[in-house]
Parts: sequence; C-alpha cells; structure tokens
Amino acid sequence: MKRSGVVWSWFWMILGILYFFLPLVATFLFSLRAKLGILSFLAYQQLFTDDDFIKGFSFSVLWGVLTIIVGILIFVPTAYWVRLRLPQFRTAVEFITLLPFVVPAIVFVFGLVRTFSHPPFLIVDSPALLVAGYTVLSMPYMYRAIDTGLRAIDVRTLTEAAQSLGADWATILFRIILPNIRVAILSGAFLSFAIVMGEYILAQYLAKPAFAPFLAFLIQQKAYEPAAATVVSFALTWACMGIINLFGRGRGQAPIAGGH
Amino acid sequence: MPFFLFAFMFLIYPSSTIAVGSFQDTNTHVFTFQNFVHLLRDPNLIGAYWISIKISLITSLGGGIFGFLLAYSAIRGGLPPFMRSSLMTFCGVASNFAGVPLAFAFIALLSPAGVLTGWLKAMGYNPYFHGFQLYTFWGLSLVYMYFQFPLMVLVIAPAIDGLRREWLEAAENLGASSFQYWRYVAFPILLPSILGTMILLFGNSFGAFATAQALTGGQINLVSIVIGDQLRGDVLGDAGLGYALALGMVVVMAIAITGYTVLQRQSERWLR
Repeated sequence: MKRSGVVWSWFWMILGILYFFLPLVATFLFSLRAKLGILSFLAYQQLFTDDDFIKGFSFSVLWGVLTIIVGILIFVPTAYWVRLRLPQFRTAVEFITLLPFVVPAIVFVFGLVRTFSHPPFLIVDSPALLVAGYTVLSMPYMYRAIDTGLRAIDVRTLTEAAQSLGADWATILFRIILPNIRVAILSGAFLSFAIVMGEYILAQYLAKPAFAPFLAFLIQQKAYEPAAATVVSFALTWACMGIINLFGRGRGQAPIAGGH
Repeated sequence: MPFFLFAFMFLIYPSSTIAVGSFQDTNTHVFTFQNFVHLLRDPNLIGAYWISIKISLITSLGGGIFGFLLAYSAIRGGLPPFMRSSLMTFCGVASNFAGVPLAFAFIALLSPAGVLTGWLKAMGYNPYFHGFQLYTFWGLSLVYMYFQFPLMVLVIAPAIDGLRREWLEAAENLGASSFQYWRYVAFPILLPSILGTMILLFGNSFGAFATAQALTGGQINLVSIVIGDQLRGDVLGDAGLGYALALGMVVVMAIAITGYTVLQRQSERWLR
C-alpha cells in the first residue's frame, strides 16, 4: 500500500468513528442537562422512578425471555429433525425462516391484526400473539444460529450413541443436543433479546406495554428523560452484542439484525 | 411438525390474508383488480412509494459507498489490525441500534436544540439558517445512514477478504497502475457483491418504519407510514386499498431479496 492510501484509510475511519459516536455523545450530554446550568444525573433518577418506564422495561424483558424460550422450543427440534431425517425439507424450511426479511414488520403486523381480530381467531389482545410475532421476527437469526451450532457437532453419531444407550427423543434433544449447541443458542438468544427490547411496531400496534413505545411516547412529552432512556437502550444493545462476541470469539462473523 | 404449524399460523396465513384482501372488493369480497387500479390512480400513494424508493436508493448508495470505503480501509488500508475488529464490533452494535432510540439520538444531536447544533452555533454557523432540517427527507436520510453503512461493512467484509493479494501483485508485476488494477481486476470481481449488498440495504430501509415514525411523528409520506396510519384507523377509507398498498411493499421487498440472492451467487464464483 502506498503512503497516500493509508492517509485515506485513516480519513474514512475517523469519519466513520465520528458518525458512529457523535449521536451517542450528544445523547449522553443531553441526558445530563436536566438541571439548568449544571450537569447532573437527574434525568436518570426521574427515569428510573417513572412507573411507566419500569412497566415498559420489565414487560419488554418478559417478552424477550418468552420469545427466546418459544424460539428454542420450536426451532431446536425443527433444525435437528431437518438435519437428521428430513434433508429434503431443508430448502423449504430455510425459505420460511427468511420470509420475515421479505415481509416488512409493518406489513406483518398489519396482517396479524387483520387476521386475529375477528373470529375464528380472536386473540389480538392476547400477549401470546405478541410473543408469537416476536418469535417470527427473531426467527431468521435464531434458526440460523441453531443451524450453525448443529453443523459444528456430529448430530448423527450423538443421536445413535444416545439411542443405543436407551434414551428417548426428549432426552436426546434436551440433554444431549441442547447442551452441545448452547453457545450457538445463546448468541441467537441475545440477538433476539436485543431485537425484542428495541422493537416498536408490534408492541405499538398490538397495544402492549413495552420499552420502545414508551420511549416514543416520552419523546413527545419530555426532553431529557428520553435521552436517558436512549442511553440505557444503547447500553443494552451494546451489552447484548458484547456477550455474543464473547461467546463467539474467534469464529463466525458479527451478528446482523435490526428492527428499524 | 410444530414448526410448519407455527409458521403457517403466524406468518404465512396472516401474510396471505393481505394478498387475498388486495384482490377482493372491500364490500362484496368479489375478486377484482380494482384496488390496484385505485392505488395507481392515487397520486398521494404513488408519491409515498416514490419517496420510499427514493430514500432507499439514496441511503443504499450513500451507505453502500461509505460502508465499502470503511471496510476496505480497515481490511486492506494498512491500518493497525485492531481497527478491523473494533470496526466490526461497532458495526454489529450500530446495525442493531435502530428505531426509536436512534431517532432520539439524532434529535439530541441535530435538532434545533441539539448538541451539535449548539456547537455549530457557537462557532457562528447555524445549520438551520442554511436550509438544514432534521425532520424532513434529507434529515431522515442522514439518520437512515446510521444503520445502513454498518450493514454494508458487515456484509461486504468477507468479499474484501476474498480479494487475494496475489492478484494485486500479479497486476503490479505486469505493470498495471493502481487505477488499472481497480478497473480491470478488483472492481469487476467485487461488483456483484457490492451491488447485491446495496440491494440488501435498499430493502433494509424500504421496510423501515419505527425510525421514521419516531423522528418525524408520521409527518413524512413513506409507504410504511401510510400503512401504519391505515392500520391505526382506516385513513384511506378503503380496506382493500390498504391491502394492495401492503402487498406492493412485499413485492418490492421480494424483488430486492431475489436480486440480492442472485448477485450473491454470482460473487461466490470468484470469492471462496
């Protein structure tokens, strides 16, 4: 590489770093300005004692955990079964897991509301629909993470060994396969968690308490608390990604997702 | 299998109601193309598609070029190796940091009361006196870029890794200039990946809703925003038209994803 090339590289990197950090720094500074004239953590105090924040945040955590559990229960057996017995369904299953990329979230929730708000499926008010919707949104990431995990272990040998020792299917799945792919599952799980925590559309239109709709509401009402909430949200995203990186050190690439 | 039942129940069936609904008359439920005719005749809705497509084109081009330059700088630009891993981590975070919090981060930065606006004012330059507006098309494009370029970096990085050093050396030994190397070797090899990823970015911003909604309060005429309004209360006054609008969005996304897949396959010929 020539000298000028390196200079340009630095130039682009610095521009990227500025673009990445400026909004975050600004948000942080903004969040400290709640008291006139001095910097303080007042906005955070007010945020953390706000009942709606606690409610939205804890519900989002609950939805996130439920989504992960439902995702594991549905996708682990599926991915396992496809790998072991039904490779001819592989393309079909992969196609379905990628469908959430093709159907934008706003269109997806449109379909959900229209389908489930009249008989025979009158469950639009049920939290189950929200969790099901989140499971669909996180499906591309969760399924791929699980499938990658399964590829790394010898599914057939493990299954045959367990069978010859007299294990039934539930034992094989949950005591043999699951522990062996736990790292892969965890990275998928944290990614799903990050998606659910930041997700706005589903919670908003299914009228469920959650973090992102609360934040959107707060932006209309106040100036400094939403800044504090944004910082909290960013820290959460960062933590999830950090944990995934920690698990996946040295293999795989950075996770790609987003609920924009 | 529970998976197929689940997928059918919560993904395929709801999506297909949209497809079916868009070919049905709102009141009589008879098969019709009328909804699409209405859609094409409504300048407001066509305008919404046009603005959605325009913002997606601009941010996928801009984000794509910037992301590519960043990724190339970090991987082949002669920077210390830790820059590369930090860039990847940052991009992983940034591409996931979107929606409402992202909108607010830019409000804190660049709204009339924002931090950067304050700094610029202190230096005697008020961007709002020079035609800048955060809550408009260009402001929204700037915000979208925040999740566009990191995605470009993440997806294009393996392709840049696949550029072999031998090719550069061979080109140099044959007396090629830096421009000739790019024009005849690197660029043709990378082109399918670059185009494919840009198409992916296009879809990424075309389907975006939360960021735009939170930033502009729904004041910008994007397809996703119109669908959101339609869902909140039948603003179009015609359910069938709403379905047609949504189906149109799925069609655009399907074209984008297909284009991405095809181009990705192309690029695998060289990069493995």
